[in-house]
Parts: sequence; C-alpha cells; structure tokens
Amino acid sequence: MSGQSQRLNVVPTVTMLGIMKARLVGATRGHALLKKKSDALTVQFRQILKKIVSTKESMGEIMKTSSFSLTEAKYVAGENIKHVVLESVQTASLKVRSRQENVAGVKLPKFEYFTEGETKNDLTGLARGGQQVQQCRAAYVKAIEVLVELASLQTSFLTLDEAIKTTNRRVNALENVVKPRLENTISYIKGELDELEREDFFRLKKIQGYKKREIEKQLAAAKEFVEDKFAEKISLQKGISINAAHNLLSAAREKDEDIIF
Amino acid sequence: MANTAHIPTSNSALIAMIADEVGTTFEDTVVGFLLAGVGNVDLRRKTNYLIVDSKTTDKQIEDAFKEFTTRTDIAIVLISQYVANMMRFLVDSYNKPIPAILEIPSKNHPYDPAHDSILSRVKHLFNAESVASTRH
Repeated sequence: MSGQSQRLNVVPTVTMLGIMKARLVGATRGHALLKKKSDALTVQFRQILKKIVSTKESMGEIMKTSSFSLTEAKYVAGENIKHVVLESVQTASLKVRSRQENVAGVKLPKFEYFTEGETKNDLTGLARGGQQVQQCRAAYVKAIEVLVELASLQTSFLTLDEAIKTTNRRVNALENVVKPRLENTISYIKGELDELEREDFFRLKKIQGYKKREIEKQLAAAKEFVEDKFAEKISLQKGISINAAHNLLSAAREKDEDIIF
Repeated sequence: MANTAHIPTSNSALIAMIADEVGTTFEDTVVGFLLAGVGNVDLRRKTNYLIVDSKTTDKQIEDAFKEFTTRTDIAIVLISQYVANMMRFLVDSYNKPIPAILEIPSKNHPYDPAHDSILSRVKHLFNAESVASTRH
C-alpha cells in the first residue's frame, strides 16, 4: 500500500479540494464522537463485568439455600409433592418484563420480574408441611430475583460487547483508513494545483517574452524602413535613383571591359 | 446500529427452564421453580419447561433448547449446568441477547464457572483488566 494508492480517485480542482476538506472535518468530528461513545460504553461494560462476577457468586449461595428449603419441604410434605406441583402447573404467575435502557445510543435490555394474579395457595392444603412449602416458594422467588438480575446483566454484557466491538472498528477505520486517505487526497490536490499554477506562470512568462521579441522585431523593421525611405529621398534629391546608385556600385564591382583595347 | 439485535420490549414474558431430575435422587430444580410460579402450560399443552431425566434423549434436550430460544414469549432460559454440558456446542454457539441463557447450578452437580460460556468470557476479560489495572 503505497501513498499513491491511498487516495481517492478525484479530479484535482479547487472545488474538489473544498469538498475533501469538508469531508475531513466531518471525519474528524465523527472520530471524536465515536471515541467518546466507545469510552462511555467501556465504562458501562466494566461496571457490568464487576456486577456479573459478584452476582454469579451470590447465585450459587442462593441456589443452595433454595435447594435446601426444597428438600425440607419434601421431607415434611412427603415425596409426592413433586407430582402435585407438576400437575398443578397452569399459567405462570411469575413473569418477567423487559424494558430498555439507553447507554450512549446502545439499547440495553433490563428484565424485572413481577407476580401476576394471586399467589397460589392451593398447595398449602396438603396434609402437612404448608409452612415449609411456603418457605420453599419464597426461597425460589428470591432465587428467581437474582437469576433475573443476572440475566439482564448477561444480556447487557453481550449487547455491550458487540456494540463496543463495532464502535471500536469504526473508530479505527476512521482513524487509519478514511482520514489518511482524505489527507492524502488533499495533499495530492494541493500539489496538483501548485503544479498547474507553476505551469500557467511559466506559460505567461513565455508568451510575454515572445511578445517582447515580436515588438522589438517590428520596431527594428520599422526603423529600417524609415532609414531606407530616408536614403531614397536623399538619393532622389541628388538625381540618382538609389537603384542606379546601387547599379553604379555594383557596376563598379564588375570587371570593366577595356573600351579602347 | 444496524447489526445490534432488536430488543423487543414486552410487557410480560416467560422464564423457560431445562433442568434435571436425575434418577432416584429426589432433588430437582424444576419443581422448586414451578412452586414459585414460573411454569406455564398453554392451550396446546405446551410447557415452558423440560424436565431432563435418565430417559430424556439428547435430541429432546436440543429440540427444547431450540424451541425455547426461538419462542418470542420467552425472555430468559434457565439451563442447569449439567444439562448445558450435554449440548455445550449449542449453548456456546448461541449468541443472541434475547432470550438470555443462564446456567444454573444443581445440587448433585456442583457449579463449575469454567464451563459457563458467559462466565468464562467474563473471567477472561476480568483477569485481563485486573492485570492491566495492577500494572498502572
């Protein structure tokens, strides 16, 4: 990749130079903005990263408690609570709602859970262990709370990761490809324009010199003409035509034939 | 942004589950969550959870995973890590933000953060970052 191939294929004109300069300004501004965006996203990303790690750790703890309380409930209410629970599933009373959060133009999903309808108490009607069952349910609701939070963190993590990658790619593309290319184009156009100017200047000088010479020539011709005229006039006054004088002179140059001999 | 996945804002979505109930042990993760009120059965008797036992084939699990991840009314899919390991390639290749895949621990199979596709990435980044921050 030489410097020559790193420029846009444009006609080097003043208009183009203006357009290129405007584009360079735009690219610079875009680069600065994208850089800012990338920074903002990275800040958010690191926060989420830290949160994910801590939540994952607490998740293990909470799952352990809920599993334990389930075991308790099973112990008290009997083994077949499982089948009762599996049979009594109808519609979900615990659902999640998602809303969006906007971080520097990137939409991050945030989940929150909510209970819909009354909490089903039909299982408390089992022969025994109603309280344990309730505790178990509470423990699992708590686990779900953590899991839902973790889910939104994780989703944000993935989305942000993707967004940061794209933004960084754009930043780098602007910085390393678009801007140098525009700069090269501008310098190329400037060089070409300078060259044209020098050529023009040289041409003008040349024409000037030519004209000067032409005028001198004409002046010289006119002078000669005037001198000739003057000479003819004098010779006419003397009665000899200048041609005759010439003839005389030229005749004198010829070798005379001896008249006598 | 053109390539960011569209995130639908829904007023209510479900939590799906693929979790285990292994053989003779009477520990299972699904029951607890069902007790909390997560379970849903729709008109066509389709459930939003799958109980994996010793008779469940890998194919069934994979199908359930694919179904849960393509359903629009599901926002979060909980998979117990032991099950996720059975179809690790599917879980790893899944990269959409919604529904979110969460690997949860189960009692007979202790949680191993190294297997979690997200957490391994997180840990990787986190370590790189903490190394970078200590260097400053």
